[in-house]
Amino acid sequence: MSAAREPYVGRRVKRTEDPRLIRGLAHYVDDLRFADLLHVSIVRSMYAHARIVSLDLAAARSAAGVVDVVTVEDLDRARIGDVPCAASMAGMKTPAHRPLARGKVRFVGEPVAAIVATSAYAARDAVDLVSFEFDPLDAAVDLEKALAPGSPLVHEELGTNKAFEWSVASGDLDAVFKSAAKVLTQRIVHQRLIPCPMEPRGCVAQYLPGERQLTLWTSTQIPHLVRTALAAVLGLAENRVRVVAPEVGGGFGAKLNFYAEEILLSVLAMRLGPRPVKWIATRREDFAATIHGRGQLGMIEGAADAEGRLLGIRYRSIQDLGAYPQLLAPAIPTLTGLMLPGCYKVGAMRMDLTGVYTNKMSTDAYRGAGRPEATYQIERLIDLVADELKLDPVEVRRRNFPAASEFPFKTASGLTYDSGDYRRAMDKALALAGYEKLRAEQQSARLEGRLLGVGVSSYVEICALGPSAALAAGGWESATVRIEPSGKVTVLTGASPHGQGQETSFAQLAADFLGTDLDDVIVKHGDTAEVQYGIGTFGSRATAVGGTALWHALGRVVEKAKRLAAHLLGAASAEAVGFEGGVFVANGKTLTLAELATAAHHAKSLPEGFEPGLQATYAFEPKNFTFPFGTHVCVVEVDRNTGDVRIVRYVAVDDCGRVLNPLLVDGQVHGGIVQALGQALFEEAVYDEGGQLVTGTFMDYALPRAHDCPRFETDRTETPTDVNPLGVKGVGEAGTIGATPAIVNAVVDALEPFGVRHVDMPLRPEKIWRLIQAGGKA
Amino acid sequence: MKLAVTVNEKAHEHEVEPRLLLVHYLREVLGLTGTHVGCETTLCGACTVLLDGVPVKACTVLAIQADGAKVVTIEGLEKDGVLDAMQQGFWECHGLQCGFCTPGMILAARDLLDRNPHPTEDQVRGGLDGNLCRCTGYQHIVDAVLHAAKKRGASAAPAPSPAATAAPGAGRHA
Ligand code: FES
Ligand code: FES
Repeated sequence: MSAAREPYVGRRVKRTEDPRLIRGLAHYVDDLRFADLLHVSIVRSMYAHARIVSLDLAAARSAAGVVDVVTVEDLDRARIGDVPCAASMAGMKTPAHRPLARGKVRFVGEPVAAIVATSAYAARDAVDLVSFEFDPLDAAVDLEKALAPGSPLVHEELGTNKAFEWSVASGDLDAVFKSAAKVLTQRIVHQRLIPCPMEPRGCVAQYLPGERQLTLWTSTQIPHLVRTALAAVLGLAENRVRVVAPEVGGGFGAKLNFYAEEILLSVLAMRLGPRPVKWIATRREDFAATIHGRGQLGMIEGAADAEGRLLGIRYRSIQDLGAYPQLLAPAIPTLTGLMLPGCYKVGAMRMDLTGVYTNKMSTDAYRGAGRPEATYQIERLIDLVADELKLDPVEVRRRNFPAASEFPFKTASGLTYDSGDYRRAMDKALALAGYEKLRAEQQSARLEGRLLGVGVSSYVEICALGPSAALAAGGWESATVRIEPSGKVTVLTGASPHGQGQETSFAQLAADFLGTDLDDVIVKHGDTAEVQYGIGTFGSRATAVGGTALWHALGRVVEKAKRLAAHLLGAASAEAVGFEGGVFVANGKTLTLAELATAAHHAKSLPEGFEPGLQATYAFEPKNFTFPFGTHVCVVEVDRNTGDVRIVRYVAVDDCGRVLNPLLVDGQVHGGIVQALGQALFEEAVYDEGGQLVTGTFMDYALPRAHDCPRFETDRTETPTDVNPLGVKGVGEAGTIGATPAIVNAVVDALEPFGVRHVDMPLRPEKIWRLIQAGGKA
Repeated sequence: MKLAVTVNEKAHEHEVEPRLLLVHYLREVLGLTGTHVGCETTLCGACTVLLDGVPVKACTVLAIQADGAKVVTIEGLEKDGVLDAMQQGFWECHGLQCGFCTPGMILAARDLLDRNPHPTEDQVRGGLDGNLCRCTGYQHIVDAVLHAAKKRGASAAPAPSPAATAAPGAGRHA
């Protein structure tokens, strides 16, 4: 122990999870080894919408190596429940979502049957032996057409494709629009995206009939919530189910869900136990049958006064839910509503949302989840106002920001932004970018015929989800700190990190608090049999909520330790004991943490009423969300001959509150920006009119590659928050939320000479080239 | 079919199905699960290994094509408990988050430096075009490669293997 060492918190500490990962020794689901393992391959629909006339599984059943085949009838007989949606809206029409299709298939990739065999190759071979007859139906694909009378119905029994309507409003919008000097209107497409974590989904299930214990190893962000949902669907007692998230190869919301395959594998495990069964999605399956993101179409209207102050915003939108409402899907666009005013003082607002079923894969939370939509359109709107009034877009932002002194700031949508200084973050970003100089460069570039564009985006996002009132399954988080008899420290967190690095940042926190070395702390997560109940990792919550739970648990354990130390050192009370650098001091005598931990466990001499052992658990319930913010500046050059967009510079100033490890925060910011870049420039899930997924592989769905990305120039401001004692706000989604509008604003700015006011994403070269050819009127 | 192959300097002999993919042979038969499958269509690079010194995407190579060859996987880079310069670079520079793309990235990046010991940032970005990462935004990966290049330059850089020099651009198009 090093009493005098610098604190770990705040330093660029290398990650403790890396050694296993860079040596290829980590265990993702597919890497776990099991004796007697069986393999599952899933028969999926190739139609977007069709009646199942017949399904002949005889040949598959008798194929070499095949052990079992199940269809929805088997699930019905075993009384297996539906794939649940945990975010139903008032008055929502909710269809039955069987884990295997019954009667009809409703999207390409929908599971129809599952085949179990002794090898993965044999299971896959048997899929080809299934013969079926489908009666294809017209598909509901386009959102507006799906809502029109006469559209094919995804679920006939509902009598409509409209799932729900939802509104949020405040202020006298009509009056505001009537009195406004300017009203700007823009149709906005938030195209469907495919999350594509590099590790596809997959799971292994095993049921031990003797112990009556089911274990599901699954690539998930929410092991405890999956356990609760799985037990309910299977009709098992929750304490007979264990869910393990082993190493998880990225999630981005795609694994913040509960899927048909997790149910199916568990059902198969119970039929075939004690033999374990495994299914790993192929990339094609992952494209077709893992949730998609965004998929919102809307009309934004802004009312502004002559000085560019936003008076009111109206937004009417349609959310594409896909064929079935997945876990949180309906709630995602409501986040768009809550964040509609962005970082601006807006007097009145209204959002009217319609959720619609279509013959496509379900949408749900994808990095940012509803907030990128809000930020994108308000930031586009601000630029439209600037354009209309011939003002600098930066100036329009400045005029609409609340002042730092106005925080906590109540928004038109009813939220209270905890803390912020939007002007400071923007000024810093503009200074770093050299904004004035960039504008001058742009002028001279234009004279040379070069299309240079500068885009600015100021964002605020809602993080640290969240107070339990806002989340169906609760929004708190848990932590246990266990000082082992030797003084080594085990932290159990209810969060479920999968790349964010909390094994390191939580160890930093614990090591500083307890005065140990970083190596003395180990952070465990993801196994419901090992870790107390928790909520999981999403919504930039793991550090702000889970880290705060840890901080409190550390406080508790030290408090307990001090009581014992007082007893052993002969001090009058725990308050008389000092603790620094891992050493307890009183009466001129000392005890190390290890000595104290041994004494607590050996329990030979304890104070009155002292429980043996040395551990504490804390569940933290946040009183509010946190609201990180920042400003991004993007400089692009558009090639007028090809329409190609090149990002020349990218500056990001983010304020995510206190930073535990700047290295990790930088990583989150970079990764987030690149996902936004993907949305802005390349990515789009395309279904054709018949509902076929056209972008079903990495060949057709373009993820950004290294050469597509510039070197990011990042900096921070740090505004404290009182929502949690750590002062952290969360940073997992900032880049994805802030960057998309910065890039699009830059491209629109570059195309200004052609009179372009708006372009829908993705800004592929062909689209830009056509705009240039048409002089902006494509 | 009979397959004889040396993997990470260890000789193996197995009877394999002709259609068995190299990546499945490594993972399922030899238990070397550090080589990941991200797309099974040659598009993501997660499965990159060295086949006689040339980076290949093991999801689109048959195991039997490696008959008589030397294969190096991520598990074979550490020597006597010392990490390879590229592994160190990734650790130092936070070149990974979820780690799923990392083994393939590290092998592709090593090949890049074998062929071009002092790459510019642009050359690094171009050279890693065959490998996708969804987490890092690539900046720290680029830093890791440049860091490893510096480290390699400082110590006597290992001479590129003859096969590697004979196949310029292999990393990019494998
Ligand atoms: S798994 Fe081989 S390239 Fe993706
Ligand atoms: S680190 Fe997750 S894909 Fe690269």
